[in-house]
Amino acid sequence: MVPGLFVGFGVLLVATAVMVILHRNPVTSALFLVLSFCSLAGIYLLLQAEFLGMVQIIVYAGAIMVLFLFVIMYLNLQHDVETGAQIAVRRGIGWMVGALLLLFGALLVHRGWAPGPVTPAPAEPAVGNAVAIGRVLYSRFLFPFEITSVLLLVAMVGAIVLAKSRTAPNDSEAA
Amino acid sequence: MNALMDNQVFQVALWAAVKLVIILGIMLGVVTYLIYAERKICGHIQHRTGPNRVGPLGLLQTPLDVVKLLVKEEFTPAGANKILFHVAPILAAFPAIATFSVIPMGPPPTFVVTDINVGILLFLAMSSLGVYAIVLGGWSSNNKYALLGGLRSSAQMISYELAMGLSIIPVLMRSGTMSLVGIVEHQAGTYRPFESLPIALPNWGIFHWYLWLPFVIFLITMFAETNRAPFDLPEAEGELVAGFHTEYSSMKWAMFFLGEYMNMIVISSICVTLFFGGYLGPGPASLGLLWYLVKLFALLFFFIWVRWTFPRLRYDQLMNFGWKVLLPGAIANIVIATAWLWWRANA
Repeated sequence: MVPGLFVGFGVLLVATAVMVILHRNPVTSALFLVLSFCSLAGIYLLLQAEFLGMVQIIVYAGAIMVLFLFVIMYLNLQHDVETGAQIAVRRGIGWMVGALLLLFGALLVHRGWAPGPVTPAPAEPAVGNAVAIGRVLYSRFLFPFEITSVLLLVAMVGAIVLAKSRTAPNDSEAA
Repeated sequence: MNALMDNQVFQVALWAAVKLVIILGIMLGVVTYLIYAERKICGHIQHRTGPNRVGPLGLLQTPLDVVKLLVKEEFTPAGANKILFHVAPILAAFPAIATFSVIPMGPPPTFVVTDINVGILLFLAMSSLGVYAIVLGGWSSNNKYALLGGLRSSAQMISYELAMGLSIIPVLMRSGTMSLVGIVEHQAGTYRPFESLPIALPNWGIFHWYLWLPFVIFLITMFAETNRAPFDLPEAEGELVAGFHTEYSSMKWAMFFLGEYMNMIVISSICVTLFFGGYLGPGPASLGLLWYLVKLFALLFFFIWVRWTFPRLRYDQLMNFGWKVLLPGAIANIVIATAWLWWRANA
C-alpha cells in the first residue's frame, strides 16, 4: 500500500507541476502549484517526515501561495502584455534550463542512482520527528538557523522601508 | 483481496475511513441543529421566540430549509470561472472534516480516528487551507463585492493564523508533545495552585495562569478564523452585499454555510482539547465522550452568544488589533511562559 501511495503522490506531483506551466490562467496555475505542494507533503508523510510534511502545507500551501493568489487577483493578470521578443528570450532560457535539468537527470540515471526503500527506518525511532529536528536545528545547524532569521529580519526591514518611501510623497501631496 | 485485508496499513486506513464516514454523518446532523440553536438563541437574545412554526418547537425548520436549498435553482454568473466556482464550496467543508481525524472525542483508541504525533500541526495546516474556499469563491464569481470579500478574508485569516499558532506554543511547551491525545492526557489529575490552601482544581490548561493569555488570544482568533461576528468582514452586508458568497445560490451556498458551522465545531474541539482537558472529567473513563460534548456545546453556545452581542469591527481596526495587539501579546506570553516553566523546572 505504501509503494502504491508513493506512486500515486508522485504521479500527482509531476502532473500538477506540469500543469502549473502549461495552464494559461495564472490563478489556475497557482492552484495547481498548491496541489503539487500538497502531494509533496504526502510524500514527506510516506517518508515518515510528518513534521516536514505538515510544515510544507502550513508554510507553502497555506501562507505563501495564498499571498501569491492575493497578488495575482489584485493585479488581475489576465493578458500577456509582453512583446514577441521578450517571449522568445524567455523561451530560449527555458529550453536551456530544461536541457540542463534533463542532462542532470540522465547523468544521475547513468551513475546508477536508483530510489532506495520507499520508507527507510527513521534515524531516531524513540523520539518524535519534531524533537529530532529541534535538536539538530538548535545544535549542529544553529549558525545557519540564526543567519536565516537575520535574513528574514533584513527582508522585513526592507519591505517597511519600501512601503514608507512610497507613501511619503502621497502624504505631502495630500497636505 | 485477502492479502490486502491482512495488510496492517490497509486495516488502519480502512478503520480511519469508516470512523470518518460516521463522524461526517453525525456532523451533518449536529450542524443542522446548530443552525436551529443559533436561530433560537438569536431570537431569545433579541427578545423574540425564533423559529417555532415547522414541527414541534420549530424543530423541523432547518431540515426543511435544507430540502428547500436542495431543490432550489442553481445559478452561475455569466462571467464566472466555471470550474473554480464549483470547486470552492467543496473546499469549504473539506478542511474541517480532515481535521476531525485527529481530534480526541473520547478515550483512545475508540473515539479517536488517528493519533499522530503532529496532530496540532495538522489542524494548523488545514485551517490555513480553509482560506482557499473563500478566496476562490470570491474570485471565481466575477463580482467586485465577492472579490473584495475574498481578498479581505485572505488578509484576515493569514493575519490571525499567526497569532493563533503562537498562542498554541505555551500549551505545547507545557505538555511537551504535539499529539492531541498526548496534550489531553497531560492534563489528567488535579492541580493545587496554592500548596497551603486545600483547593484542588483539575489539571486543565485553563487553570494555569501562564495559559490565560494564550486562551484569550486563541478564543479571539477562533472567531476570526471561522469568519464569525465580530470578525465577519468577508461577508459584511452593509458594504459588500453578502461578500464572497454573493453569487452563490442553492446547495452551493449551503456548502459554504456547512463549512462555516463545521469549522466552528472543529475549532471549538481544538480549544476544548488544548485548554479544557478534552474528554477528561469526573467519573469513569467511559464518560469521556459525554464530557467532551458538554464542553464542546458550552463553547458553541459562547460562539453564538458573541455573534448576537458584539458589533462588527471596522477593517482597519481588525488589522491593527491582529498585528499590533494579538501578535505581540502572543510572543510576549511565549517568553513569559518559557521563563516560568524553566524556573519551575530548575528552582
